[in-house]
Amino acid sequence: MISQTFLPGVSTFSGSVDHVINLIFVLAVGWFIVLQGLVIYFAVRYRRRPGVKASFITGESWGQLAWVLVPVALALVCDLGIDAAGGDTWETVKGELPPPAVTVHVMAQQFSWKFTYPGEDGKFGTGHDLVEDALHVPAGQVVHVVLESKDVIHDFFVPALRLKQDILPGRAITAWFNATEPGTYEIACSQLCGPAHFGMRGKVVVDAPNDFNTWLSAERAAQAKKAAADTSATRGNG
Amino acid sequence: MEADIAIHANAPAIETDSLVSLPASRVALWIFLAGEIMIFGGLVACFMLYRIAAGGWTDEASHVDWQVGTINTVVLLTSSLTMILALAAVRRNDQQAVKRFLAVTVALGIAFLGVKAFEYHGHIVEGFTPSKGMFWSFYYTMTGLHALHVTGGIVVNSILLIMAIKGTLWARGETRLEIAGLYWHFVDVVWILLFPLLYLSLEAK
Amino acid sequence: MEAQLSHIEHVDHHHHPQSLISKYVFSTDHKMIAKQYLAVGLLMALVGGAMAYLIRVQLAWPGKPVTGWGFIAPGSYMAMVTMHGTIMVFFVAMPILLGAFGNYLIPLMIGAPDMAFPRLNMMSVWTLFVASLVLIASMLVPGSAPNAGWTGYPPLSAVPEYSGSTWGINLWLLALALEFSSFLMGGINFVTTAINMRAPGLTFWRLPLVVWMEITASALFLLSVGPLVAGSVMLLLDRVLGTTFYAPSQGGDPLLWQHLFWFFGHPEVYVIALPAIGMMMEILPVFARKPMFGYRAIIYSTIIAGFLSLIVWAHHMFVSGMDPRLATPFSILTILISIPFAVMIFAMIATLWRGSIIFSTPMLFTLAALSSFLIGGVTGIFLGSQAADIYLHDSYFVVAHFHYTLFPLLFMGGFAGIYYWFPKMFGKMYSEPLGKLHCVLTFVFFNLTFIPLFMAGFGGAPRRIYFPYGYDFLKPLQHYHVIATYGAIGLLLGQLPFVINLFASMISGRKAETNPWHANTLEWTAPSPPPHGNFEHVPHVVRGPYDYSVPGVAEDWVAQDKVVTVTVAAAG
Repeated sequence: MISQTFLPGVSTFSGSVDHVINLIFVLAVGWFIVLQGLVIYFAVRYRRRPGVKASFITGESWGQLAWVLVPVALALVCDLGIDAAGGDTWETVKGELPPPAVTVHVMAQQFSWKFTYPGEDGKFGTGHDLVEDALHVPAGQVVHVVLESKDVIHDFFVPALRLKQDILPGRAITAWFNATEPGTYEIACSQLCGPAHFGMRGKVVVDAPNDFNTWLSAERAAQAKKAAADTSATRGNG
Repeated sequence: MEADIAIHANAPAIETDSLVSLPASRVALWIFLAGEIMIFGGLVACFMLYRIAAGGWTDEASHVDWQVGTINTVVLLTSSLTMILALAAVRRNDQQAVKRFLAVTVALGIAFLGVKAFEYHGHIVEGFTPSKGMFWSFYYTMTGLHALHVTGGIVVNSILLIMAIKGTLWARGETRLEIAGLYWHFVDVVWILLFPLLYLSLEAK
Repeated sequence: MEAQLSHIEHVDHHHHPQSLISKYVFSTDHKMIAKQYLAVGLLMALVGGAMAYLIRVQLAWPGKPVTGWGFIAPGSYMAMVTMHGTIMVFFVAMPILLGAFGNYLIPLMIGAPDMAFPRLNMMSVWTLFVASLVLIASMLVPGSAPNAGWTGYPPLSAVPEYSGSTWGINLWLLALALEFSSFLMGGINFVTTAINMRAPGLTFWRLPLVVWMEITASALFLLSVGPLVAGSVMLLLDRVLGTTFYAPSQGGDPLLWQHLFWFFGHPEVYVIALPAIGMMMEILPVFARKPMFGYRAIIYSTIIAGFLSLIVWAHHMFVSGMDPRLATPFSILTILISIPFAVMIFAMIATLWRGSIIFSTPMLFTLAALSSFLIGGVTGIFLGSQAADIYLHDSYFVVAHFHYTLFPLLFMGGFAGIYYWFPKMFGKMYSEPLGKLHCVLTFVFFNLTFIPLFMAGFGGAPRRIYFPYGYDFLKPLQHYHVIATYGAIGLLLGQLPFVINLFASMISGRKAETNPWHANTLEWTAPSPPPHGNFEHVPHVVRGPYDYSVPGVAEDWVAQDKVVTVTVAAAG
């Protein structure tokens, strides 16, 4: 598959997206070869030769128009096939979200990414939230990312996951994915967000589920320790 | 392959069928108005969609005085009437009447702008500036753009009035007044659309 | 001028002695105005092309100073990208394809002495001059030049602190407003002229296709630009008056701009495409010596495409955050637009079939445009599919796709038109060898520049990235940028034969006859170049424009106003 050749996809729906791209690719290349072939063939075959006159063909009668309308009907059939394939894939990626195992809040701003996890209580906004520089997720599980922006429109694009979603300031948009392969994958902001748009790089770290849990517990513990140290420091100064 | 000769034999040199049998200036003006309709239409459509989505903006809208709006509506409608009367006058070659009705039209147009300025002043003094929120952003933009078009119409009508006074209007007076009248009626129609949208809203509960 | 020519047999030429200023600077003659539009378009193409050079060199060798310019700062890069797009769409494509060719061809091809409103015409081109100056100024004012992309999405474009551009974007908006006014005025002129001033016998079904295309494009522009005018006023007011249209924190909505922009933006690409396709459809019959295939089918397809273009805009917004349920209907409509264009493409190919093809420079450019546009057309399907667009949106695939539609039509099609009508416009013949060289260089280097960018797109490369080395996944794609840049440099240098040809031929080319191509349409009955007022006598049209190689007629062409006796063979 064409996109797979360039960059392998590692989510549960990347194959579906790649399949649509590939279907269009095969049809596009096929039509191009036929049409370009005809252009070249006709140009050569019907070049001006002495004593040979062009034919007076207007394309006004149905018999002659058929030569155009039948291929057009064929093109329509191809189009409808593409529509059908695309509809299902779109529904999967952008339609009703499957229930999440992990939810992360993603804050995009000029020109960096911040990822917020719930604290020990499992809830957001209770003061125990973890703010991370990389998006850690478990492999093989559904992850929801709640996308928000502090300033302008950004875009959360993870090429390897085949996931792309614009982020609008003033709204929270939830996207989902299920990464199949552990590894580190890049996030590239894909909506012009200012002069340093090119530098708005992020990372998705996909771990085996046990490793993810270990990481999360460690981060929470470290945060709790730091909070305690801060409180005692203030008490000490009080 | 058989060639279709029949349709390519000589056709008699017939009169061209004009798509519409209107003088060029009127065709042009209707095309111009089509473009203007898309500009105002775009603004109005956005206003309506966002107003519905936001739940009506009844609070904000209650600060717009429907009585003042009604006065302006009457002023503008009357000015359309006087414009029609000016056109009727030019058709029966009543030059004095033309000047009279044109002058009244211009005066009413200026009155409209005056009332608008009075309104804007009142709003701003109360703190309802364009930056106060979506309703006010739309209000100032829609009425402001309309007022700009009213100003344009006043300029055109004033030029025609001056031409009438100097005596240079009459060569193509009917066409000119027709075109200017069409434009002025369009400006009026836009206001008739804006008036209920901006001024007549449900009472805040 | 409200002249209704059907009642006038002999055109009254008003011969005022014309000073240099009134003949060249303040001309109301549609032919001079057309050349003024052409001059603006070609000069701005130089500026846009220079931007392209800078952008491409930065991309191929990021971080290194660019020969002839120096080091490109990140802020400057986005300004160059923005200006390149704005200039090419609004100050090159529209001036050349609509302003120049619409103005030049419409009166001549309908047998009229000039446009319906010559002074309004002069005002249109002068408004464009002023708009161009305002745009140039926007690059020179304090604060950054416009740098929010030619698409100018807020809040980036609405809040100076986010973009760094204060006066720059304000002037950009003003330049666009003036440009829109210019083409609104022009459009009114074109459509009124075509409706009211056709020569006797020239029914709509005998109009040359390029005239159909020019007036359809003008009408489409007129209908679609309104909402963007509204939206641009709103953006300017957000910037200078503090309105809240696009400010989310005060109830505004950034998506509003996108809807208004693309409601215009999509029809706009057909506003650009249709005139170019029209010109190709004039050139094909002449150099295949055969009627344009499917005249009526093409006209119906054009109207359908124009109508459809108004209801597909959100295919630019699939992942924008708009309701995802809107994506599938827009995707279906978008993919359907390929149908009327397929009719046009197949009709052009069918015109070659059983022709007697002459490979003149205009024909070569037309074939080059057709071939390249095939790629542009099929790659549009990828982006019209909402699912494929999840991966390809805002990537180099998009950049390659639109260059494969716009460049073939605007430049290859535009060059085809310039060479074809050069004898009529300037009364001289251009140099064929230089013309053919120009075509080969343009075609080869164009493909070399943009095919690699499809590859980059398949690899996920986002567009508008100043420094590709920042991402690991982009590093394997870097060699595509290097190839593309060599292509771009070749493409720019390959325009030199054209510049030489244009000026040398204008000055000392061989004198052109009235109808060097033996073409049927009415402009070839007027002298080369036509005088003020165009025609000595009003032509009387008796046939359509594409009677080439008519059986029973000795010549392989029959002009639209020529009466002949035809021996009709018994049918069947």
